[in-house]
Amino acid sequence: MSTRVAESPASLADPDELALGLPESYLSAGSTLGSWLTTTDHKRIAILYALSVTLFFFIGGVAATMVRLELFTPQADLVGADTYNKLFTLHGVIMVWFFLIPSIPTTFGNFLLPLMIGARDLAFPKLNLASWYLNVLGGLTTTAAVLAGGIDTGWTFYVPYSTTFSNTAVTVGVMGVFISGFSTIATGVNFIATTHLLRAPGMTWFRLPLFVWAMYTTSIIFVLATPVLALTLILVAAERTLGLPIFDPARGGDPILYQHLFWFYSHPAVYIMLLPGMGIVSEVITCFARRRIFGYEFMVYALVAIAVIGFFTWGHHMFTSGMSPYAALIFSFLSFVVAVPSAIKVFNWTATLYRGQVGFESPMLYVLGYIGLFTVGGLTGLFLASIPIDVHVQDTYFVVAHFHYIMVGATVSAYFAGLHFWWPKFTGRMYPETWAKFAAVLMFFGFNLTFFPQFIAGYLGMPRRYHVYPPEFQVWNVLSSSGAAVLAAAYLMPLGYLTWSLFFGARAVNDPWNASGLEWRTTSPPPRDNFFGRPAVLGKPYNYHPEGAEPVHDQPRMPSQGSLT
Amino acid sequence: MPAWLMPVAASTQAAKVDRIFIGLTLVSAVIVLLVVGLVVTFAIRFRRGSKADRGPLPEVVSREFEIGWTAATLFVFVFIFWWAASAEIGAFSPPKDALEIHVVGKQWMWKTQGSNGAREINELHVPVGVPVRLVLTSQDVIHSFYIPAFRLKRDAVPDQTTEAWFQATKTGTFQLMCSEYCGTDHARMLGRVIVMEPQDYAAWLSAQPEGDDLAHQGERLFSEKGCSGCHAPGSSVHAPSLAGIWGQAVQLDGGKLATVDAAYIRDSILQPARDIVAGYAPVMPSFKGLLSDGEIQALTAYIRSLGAGPREIRTPGVPPLSSRVPGAQPARSPAMVPGAPVLDTPAPAGPAVRP
Repeated sequence: MSTRVAESPASLADPDELALGLPESYLSAGSTLGSWLTTTDHKRIAILYALSVTLFFFIGGVAATMVRLELFTPQADLVGADTYNKLFTLHGVIMVWFFLIPSIPTTFGNFLLPLMIGARDLAFPKLNLASWYLNVLGGLTTTAAVLAGGIDTGWTFYVPYSTTFSNTAVTVGVMGVFISGFSTIATGVNFIATTHLLRAPGMTWFRLPLFVWAMYTTSIIFVLATPVLALTLILVAAERTLGLPIFDPARGGDPILYQHLFWFYSHPAVYIMLLPGMGIVSEVITCFARRRIFGYEFMVYALVAIAVIGFFTWGHHMFTSGMSPYAALIFSFLSFVVAVPSAIKVFNWTATLYRGQVGFESPMLYVLGYIGLFTVGGLTGLFLASIPIDVHVQDTYFVVAHFHYIMVGATVSAYFAGLHFWWPKFTGRMYPETWAKFAAVLMFFGFNLTFFPQFIAGYLGMPRRYHVYPPEFQVWNVLSSSGAAVLAAAYLMPLGYLTWSLFFGARAVNDPWNASGLEWRTTSPPPRDNFFGRPAVLGKPYNYHPEGAEPVHDQPRMPSQGSLT
Repeated sequence: MPAWLMPVAASTQAAKVDRIFIGLTLVSAVIVLLVVGLVVTFAIRFRRGSKADRGPLPEVVSREFEIGWTAATLFVFVFIFWWAASAEIGAFSPPKDALEIHVVGKQWMWKTQGSNGAREINELHVPVGVPVRLVLTSQDVIHSFYIPAFRLKRDAVPDQTTEAWFQATKTGTFQLMCSEYCGTDHARMLGRVIVMEPQDYAAWLSAQPEGDDLAHQGERLFSEKGCSGCHAPGSSVHAPSLAGIWGQAVQLDGGKLATVDAAYIRDSILQPARDIVAGYAPVMPSFKGLLSDGEIQALTAYIRSLGAGPREIRTPGVPPLSSRVPGAQPARSPAMVPGAPVLDTPAPAGPAVRP
């Protein structure tokens, strides 16, 4: 597709664009460090976030690498018990709060939400910049906790271990997460306000691209769930520093209460990590199947249903904690129910391919991988929703494998799908497609080799957070660690070729994929104010070719020196 | 299933869990094959430039498809829920004659105490074919008592008791692990469960040092601490009699009902003014700070023994199936010393687990 478009010289981005009187791109609006650190342009803030989440991704990745290396043998040979405990805590805390939760909303959401709805910026540009500073401040605070000796509580900060027994820098680490919570709340408020107030003429709710719906539902979870986590972590910090008896059982506190509060946030947080990825998949699969999304309304209702029901399933993390068996049954039932809208989404993506014109560009490869990994991750969620099985595999590698399939297999695949799909729009450059396809395939196989053996080790009874383990589990750990090496290579490759493309990649045209969204109706990269004039929306999203027709340019393409309106 | 894919199943629950697990695995495999099969088929058949037919679909077909697979998915999922939940409901409460074993987790060891006060560290001897009820608590952080071969896991929570039960179906030695992260040596908080034939278990039990019955300690405390001054029959103070109240509902001042259990007795000793039994004056002083946790446990055991109903008829040499209540006691058994050899006759089957 890209080659055919590129052959048309009229649509190539003209190096002499400026001479033609076009507004300069957002990237050339200032190149000093100060111009970046004080920007209120949602696109530049998205780039700032992209840099910070990439940094945190690799910090968390280094910790994961150490963990997998240590687990290669049943003995403790690389690191000791305490170091290992700090490593997996670092991995979990950084990956959850400073990569997975902010990754897609703050990079793709920030960049694309205004573009997709035809707005010039987010509703509160200064708040948006403040969110980034809070996020980085939180991340650096938590990273400082590592320099101050590390945290050894696990990312869940379970009391009374975290409040009374741990001698590590729990308070500092918890405060970092607390600070970054304000960042996510502010981002959520910003996205909700933007979606309500700044839609272009004709952009009705049921004409929104599904990525916008995904951002909107995610933002609602941000706003409703994050305050609970923030208060809970403040209580942990208060108990540690001021000695307030809140969770300490010796003084009448209830450690189980902590788990309820924590999971009341952290289960919806799983959907914070999941829904944005679903949004990306819907954008990419329609473009490369050249089809309208199958069952648009059902896809919207599914997103909303996941966001709502997801708030009522937190208890399934606590089936073994001694909670009332009747409560456990209700949580189990709701956990099965929340899987239904996820299943609907998978079926609809599959059906979108039907009678399409399926192409296999790299973003599509990531998405096809996503569908497989998400299906496996979702179905193993049903195992964990079944109480008798959960009692056996709770806190084993089965759970570890399950949530990595969802949060890493699926969501990180979607993240890379989006990164490749919108990279020309973000940077105005094309990346080497062969390398991208190779990385996508390698990531899929590396991921499965890493995490599928963990399902088996988990059902055999290997508990998580063990740095030494009974020798009968070694074969599964060797497979898993080998897969992790492949996966690490697959994650490093995009860092290499995408960076290369920034300097040496071919100039991207405005719409290299011949896609239908509004974000493609402007230059690559877009100007500061996104559009020339105000775009108007005339129909439903995903206006790809009609059924039965050859793939054609079915929306008016914007000439490089003209405006859509 | 080959042994390297499925862990050994050695309890009644394990067989049930495995059945559900295999059933779910088959359902999941079908769904994965369906989805992957359709994705691959569509992607190849409708690849760009292929000659496949791409005629329009009527709107109603897509709608019917949508409703159809939503309903089918919901039906399958609710069916699985019903299947798993009914197995769970069937295992809610242990049989009445279950052997009671108290488990205390502490960083980083398991202490167990079963019939006749037999105490063990990181070990648990149980007879095969007999239901065993575990009463768990923790001395410090949250631990989780995990026996993979029994598909059994229950958290041990400080200052709370949780319960679980199992019935072993195979003799042998099985791994016991802590599965809730509990600090530095979490991965070394291991133990083993030794399932023995009943006669071997009886022999093992008779070789254990006789522990003092906790209820007798409580009886002694009951008079030493002055409880009997008011609560003994014939006392001049108007205080409720404690005989036979264990497990019963009592009427409280203000119309509420309370069930007499360990938590109620603990509260009544430490905060006597909180729940007053109807018809009595709130005259009891609080014993907060005057009794240790162990002493409260002993008193609870004593009160419990008063309401235990008719005693079982015991055959000499055969242990009772319900133990008397154990609890904290000064270490006296060699089994209480970490690392001490535990009498283990007859030799258990199965591979030894490192201590």
